[in-house]
Amino acid sequence: MTTYQYDDDSVVVIIGSGAGGGTLANELCQKGVPVVLLEAGKRESPATFINDEWPSFSQLSWSDPRTTSGSWRIARDFPNLPAWICKTVGGTTTHWAGASLRLQEHEFRARDTYGAIDGADLLDWPLTLEDLAPYYARAEDKMGVTRTNDIPGLPGNNNFKVMYNGATKLGYQHCSTGRMAINSQPRHGRPGCQQLGFCFQGCKMGAKWSTLYTEIPAAEATGKLELRTQAQVLRIEHDARGRASAVVYADANGQLQRQKARVVAVAGNAIETPRMLLNSQSSLFPQGLANGSGTVGRYYMRHTTGSVFAEFDEPVHFYRGTIMAGIISDEVVHRPERGFAGGYEMETLSLGLPFMAAFFDPGAWGRDFASVMDRYTHLAGMWIVGEDMPRPTNRITLNDEVRDAWGLPVANVHYDDHPNDQAMREHAYRQGEAVYQAVGATRTHRLPPFPSTHNLGSCRMSAKESDGVCNGYGQSHEVANLFISDGSQFTTSAAENPTLTIVSLAIRQADYIAEQLRTRAV
Amino acid sequence: MSEMTLNRRRFLQGAGSVLLGTLLFVNGPVALAAPTHSWSLPLTRLSGDQAERLLVMVRRLYPHDSMEDAVYALVVKELDSRAAADPGVAELLASGVATLDREAGGDWRTAEVKRQLAILGAMEGQPFFTQVRSVAVVALYSNELAYLHFGYEGASYPKGGYLHRGFNDLSWLPDPPVKASPKPFA
Repeated sequence: MTTYQYDDDSVVVIIGSGAGGGTLANELCQKGVPVVLLEAGKRESPATFINDEWPSFSQLSWSDPRTTSGSWRIARDFPNLPAWICKTVGGTTTHWAGASLRLQEHEFRARDTYGAIDGADLLDWPLTLEDLAPYYARAEDKMGVTRTNDIPGLPGNNNFKVMYNGATKLGYQHCSTGRMAINSQPRHGRPGCQQLGFCFQGCKMGAKWSTLYTEIPAAEATGKLELRTQAQVLRIEHDARGRASAVVYADANGQLQRQKARVVAVAGNAIETPRMLLNSQSSLFPQGLANGSGTVGRYYMRHTTGSVFAEFDEPVHFYRGTIMAGIISDEVVHRPERGFAGGYEMETLSLGLPFMAAFFDPGAWGRDFASVMDRYTHLAGMWIVGEDMPRPTNRITLNDEVRDAWGLPVANVHYDDHPNDQAMREHAYRQGEAVYQAVGATRTHRLPPFPSTHNLGSCRMSAKESDGVCNGYGQSHEVANLFISDGSQFTTSAAENPTLTIVSLAIRQADYIAEQLRTRAV
Repeated sequence: MSEMTLNRRRFLQGAGSVLLGTLLFVNGPVALAAPTHSWSLPLTRLSGDQAERLLVMVRRLYPHDSMEDAVYALVVKELDSRAAADPGVAELLASGVATLDREAGGDWRTAEVKRQLAILGAMEGQPFFTQVRSVAVVALYSNELAYLHFGYEGASYPKGGYLHRGFNDLSWLPDPPVKASPKPFA
């Protein structure tokens, strides 16, 4: 087991072991770069994952206190759980459903394509689809994405059959089991999917890609990685020149440790990443580290979401098999005549009985609610995921009134739906209902958004220093050896599930960091 | 099933505060899986009277007419555990149950359902209501008895998943073409 000294200032310290941090760690280690990977959670494995929703939630989720504000319904339903993300080795790649979609060319040019939209600070990404395409290809191969690299698609389950038939009746042309980072057949030492139906609870087959059992062990095998679990980062320190110099964290015993660093990469997901930077304020960086522009924490996005569930006379058993078993992509285009900018995907979704009760209509009780539960085996369901608007007021801030176990202010997550989000959600709800009504739904239901699984934009990339936190490689505009390595970098949300893009950006960033190290630029 | 004692010996013991019941739906999924039709729930902190009133409250919150009281009793068990662990919760439940009786003009359990619902509606959002509802929505639907009742099949890994157990057995709609939904790998 490789170990590094706390005062070894030659290492790259990566905070967070999920899609961004776990991938970056492996890519750097493969190039011979020494890496200390700090993960706040414990190390589980497919053997320890639990096929039971609430116990699994307790095992994997980030449940440290957070607060919420704003007009989004989450602030009412789940005031202390704005996001459904993970605190465990592998981060939210343990929980994700596996949908692996490239962003569209025009989505990298949101400001150019959509024009100015009131109440949103749209911006073009400082990179293009063409720039990212080779890295998308590497990510798809690494992750074993179906329908790429000659990997067959997954077989559709019952929930997909309902979606497909409804979509076809409605005239939709693009409905299939989609591109998924779930093995449709054994590949790279991992088995094929057995249709367990517990993708959200950590895949007990290891058929779904997660950094936990791909990138991280591959990095460990190089002898260049030291993974420290239950290492919760409190702040990032800098030297007199304003370069990141060390990371202070509480270890598994609650002892504070200081790991020196040559480069620091932050990948704590889009709530903790800005929180760490804001909590790292100093006399040199009074607004927080790398926050000269004042944009750290701003432009938080979580996708325009919601779900449509439908009841049928005949049974569906939608909980059997992959959760995101199929996708309709006809609405993902930009067609402003629909009354909103950007587009959305419709993806099948199922919930087990416990989460159905909790998330169908949070707070509901009485006979109407119970009557839907009674139809549990006869439900089909889909999730809506669409582009939401970057608003300066939708932001992560420090809540000085609520402190964590180490006395640091927790993150407050403020979100107001933009009229564009509302118009898109209304359109998507209507189309989702139409899909199910086309195949005989007896009742349809609109579910409100769940605690956010896609958390984006809070340390965004920008061409100009004044518009964002980092450049097109995730490198801080202000602190050259500080990198943002997760979905916080996203300039705009685009419509697609973000993991494939996070992984692709991490591969590209690793190439860039290695080159910067080689030329002694950092 | 392991959550609760479902056997006659414990039923006959009846020592201390205990919530007792009988399975009513003899051909229902819960009864078919249970060793006997009598059940008992030993209580740590709540009295039997309090437990019975809470059980009726949870039935009104989440009314599944053909679901056994034995499933609802699991919510009472969870409330009892929380009351035992936290005197504040015990006090909240005690005063809440007293309020139910008072609002019902006597015995909450025997008030008309319509009146019970009106009382609960007026209490919505208050700490007692919120405590019971938030515990109930988790405890009632996250247990093996509820899985049996609703037809949810629970953990699938021990059974090899659904690949060979009906993940795509829906037959009331045509199968999608292979291009949209390939065959499973052999």
